[in-house]
Amino acid sequence: MIGITRRTSLRALSLGMVSAAAMTAGMAAAQDDTVTIGYAVARTGPNATGAGITTIPNYELWVDTVNKAGGLAMPDGSRRMIEVVEYDNRSANEDIVRSIERLATQDEVDLILPPWGTGSNLAIAPLMARFGYPQMAVTAVTDKAPEFAERWDRSFWMLGGGHDYATGLVEVLSAARDAGRINDKVAVVSVADGFGIDLINGARPAFEEAGFELVYDETYPLGTSDFAAIMNGAQDSGADSFVAFSYPPGSFGMTKTAQSMNYNPKVFYISVGGAFPIYPGVADGKAEGVMAIGGVNADSPTIQDYFQRHTAFVGNPPDSWASAITYASLEMLAQAIERVGLDHAALAKELSTGVFDTVVGEVRLENNQLRDLWWVGQWQGGSFRAVNPADKEGASEPVIPKPEW
Amino acid sequence: MRLILPLICLAVLAVLPLHFSDYGLGLLIGAATYVTLASAWALFSGHTHYISLATVAFYGAGAYTVAVLNEVLPYPAILLCAAVIGGTLALIVGLSTLRLRGVYFVIFSFGLAELIRQLITWYEVNVTGTLGRYIFLDITTRQIYWQMLALGAATIALTAWIMRARLGLALRVIGDDETVAAHSGVNLARVKLIAFVLSSVILTLAGAITSPRYVYVEPSIVFNPTVSFLTVIMALLGGANRLWGPALGAVPLFLVFEFLSSNFPDTYPIFLGLLFIGVVFVVPDGLISAAERLTRRGQVRA
Amino acid sequence: MLTTTVILGLVLGGTYALLALGLTLQYGIARIMNLAYGELTLLSAFVVVALFQGLGLSPLLTLPLVAAGGYGIGWLLYAVMMRPLVARSQGRGRLEVDSILATFGLLFLIQGGLLLAFGANFTSISYLDRGVTVLGVSVALNRLIAFGICVVVGAALVVALKTTRWGLIMRAVALTPGSAPLVGIDVNRAARQGFALGSALAAVAGASISMYQTFSATAGVVFTMKALVIVIMGGVGNVPGALAAGFGLGLIETFVATAIDPGLTLAATFAIFLLVLLWRPQGLFGARR
Repeated sequence: MIGITRRTSLRALSLGMVSAAAMTAGMAAAQDDTVTIGYAVARTGPNATGAGITTIPNYELWVDTVNKAGGLAMPDGSRRMIEVVEYDNRSANEDIVRSIERLATQDEVDLILPPWGTGSNLAIAPLMARFGYPQMAVTAVTDKAPEFAERWDRSFWMLGGGHDYATGLVEVLSAARDAGRINDKVAVVSVADGFGIDLINGARPAFEEAGFELVYDETYPLGTSDFAAIMNGAQDSGADSFVAFSYPPGSFGMTKTAQSMNYNPKVFYISVGGAFPIYPGVADGKAEGVMAIGGVNADSPTIQDYFQRHTAFVGNPPDSWASAITYASLEMLAQAIERVGLDHAALAKELSTGVFDTVVGEVRLENNQLRDLWWVGQWQGGSFRAVNPADKEGASEPVIPKPEW
Repeated sequence: MRLILPLICLAVLAVLPLHFSDYGLGLLIGAATYVTLASAWALFSGHTHYISLATVAFYGAGAYTVAVLNEVLPYPAILLCAAVIGGTLALIVGLSTLRLRGVYFVIFSFGLAELIRQLITWYEVNVTGTLGRYIFLDITTRQIYWQMLALGAATIALTAWIMRARLGLALRVIGDDETVAAHSGVNLARVKLIAFVLSSVILTLAGAITSPRYVYVEPSIVFNPTVSFLTVIMALLGGANRLWGPALGAVPLFLVFEFLSSNFPDTYPIFLGLLFIGVVFVVPDGLISAAERLTRRGQVRA
Repeated sequence: MLTTTVILGLVLGGTYALLALGLTLQYGIARIMNLAYGELTLLSAFVVVALFQGLGLSPLLTLPLVAAGGYGIGWLLYAVMMRPLVARSQGRGRLEVDSILATFGLLFLIQGGLLLAFGANFTSISYLDRGVTVLGVSVALNRLIAFGICVVVGAALVVALKTTRWGLIMRAVALTPGSAPLVGIDVNRAARQGFALGSALAAVAGASISMYQTFSATAGVVFTMKALVIVIMGGVGNVPGALAAGFGLGLIETFVATAIDPGLTLAATFAIFLLVLLWRPQGLFGARR
């Protein structure tokens, strides 16, 4: 029967492709004077936007910076150039998983950098653990980070969990209420996906404990583009504080809607997107006083230098939340390599226990997690400044009430 | 002869992972998954010409079932549950929609996937209060491959059997002309329903089998509409009304996607777009027909 | 409370209806199910934003420009890509499959081009973002303008299709493409015009969306789906139907968001859409064919 010969020839074809790939991998491995670093990031699909803002520019900037400096410094004092192997993960878990398998077993790269997004990082974690690669999961916000760090002992969770951000926000609002600047009513909306739910689940008990009343508390589906009804409900609720656990399209849409309907809560808080460099443009130059997730110590010279280099290399400044952490994670990697070389076990141990000097300052992980983070930031005088934790060095004083739009 | 060669192939495919690296195995799983999806899709759509974009509704439902039940039930029981859920879903959908024709059915099936995704999201957010579930199952990649291979082989065998049975004949008549089919005594509703449910159960199982590879499951991850589109394109490329057509479309397309996304990550969508347009203009009836025309030894089959 | 819901719903519905007009023309007259419709919308939105940010041209000024550009692109697409498919297909089922596949390819092609040209960033501009009070409800001026464009364009289309000779030809082609040539109608020409006009409307919708919404190069599918839902609900090729369905959808979404639960807006959209499909596949306002 005709179909059978086709089936066999197909198998031959796929075998051929695999062996061709194996050959190129062998050639790459033969060049021992370079360090191959692989990453599979979303170039297409829904994750492409997040990866394009936070992940890819920083990877490229870092590789460029290291190679211009002569390459990665090794423990023996030599320097080796970085060679990049990059794949598109098409924002699909199946492709993410397969591309990690490819990087690890076919290309046999020295190091693997993680993709963008909580789901993607979780999808690759078991594989990274199995192949022994350290995983610097930067763009993953999850309350289960301690559990994951224990389950996969070479994984490092660098961006905290939803509870952290929610608690930080409640601290800021509590202080303002105790000072008599806002009332104890809060209107909160959250996007219906893992991130939004993590945050709202952390925020509800925290608000309650601090004596706040959630007078408006709704979720909206991912993909919502019209926020007039939601903002109307929030405005009518009588709350002084508006809190949105949102993604960029929602954060931007709510900002614009609030402006056009002249909704002026004393606290206006949005989540992802609020720290993006394009935010002041979205807010029509009236971003002053808007609070959002994340933040940087805008007065720190290392951060200012990083912002300048990022702007020069990419064409726009980085976002003021996960970008600096992403870059810092790469600096940690480079410094760990300089101390212990490319051996994965030694590298993971060094990352876990070492102290590193990065753009976000001196970094030391606790139980494989970066805990020394900024939870809340605010636009003040044209830059996005961290305001919480208030006792951390470099924190700015929050401006409440926010000036009117 | 007709049985022996496919069985030998199957045996060879089954021992392949013992000699392959993890990436090779990943490729095999991907290819086997899409062969299964495309073949299962063609089982219903190939002859009836009902273009369904609901593939991911079932595929995602399967994955989600595993995510919900993986800590409660033993694995075989989870698969059974997934099959039952997929079958029930297909029955409900089938009973209410199969009288839709043409583009209405296409769009309905697409809307169905979105509706299920929205409802699960809403339910998780408001009732269970968690979104995002974890799958920690002790299943190796090889086991996943073998399961998928078995499911794929079963799908093709089932298709071969149906094409010879009365059901296949009835489906072909429906595809040619529903009115004629009704007049010649075909129970339209029942035939379509049986094929739809069979196809949907396989799609659901495929989703359930691959899901341990994801670890983390969220509606926006498992109900990725690209899966539906790719399945249709693959089946049509090979020839949806031929036994080996979907498999023949799935494997090369899968490899081409893999090649493009690794070698041209920047321009991958452009290549992909050109490829689709090329398929429509160059091999409109599927590769098998094109090959037959080319070698001029094609005898026209229905 | 009720007036707020109604006004917000109508304004939202206006933007939806505008989005759907072009698609209903393309499918109704040219018989092409254009899955790349959202990408055409996005393309226009990106061009408008680029002109606004680069040259400081106001979106309202560039709107006629992109509309003309959209017409040209649609014309070319039909002549080069769709016409051979139409000529090849004998029956309608064949063309449906072919056009879905071909425009699916087009979708990726345009998306890839947009990603290369404009990157993956979210794009959002601020233009006429101030509030205007309508019957005591504050509405964004740019949304009100989009609503106005929708009403003007929709009304003009309805009148033109109803009263002019051109409209008669278009309706004849939409209704019975097989017998239209018998009365001397150049079906190919009419279909090309219908497709091009649909693309022009997609461009207009994109230009108005760029004024108020955040979008990125990968968001086209969302627009296509929204338009598709409205087209089906209004009846394929039925311009007044698409207008009514668009407004209806806007009202329903706003009502669900205010009175029931914002989390269910999209679910409600799809549920209603599926119900309409089952109950009246020809659309709420379509005649049985």
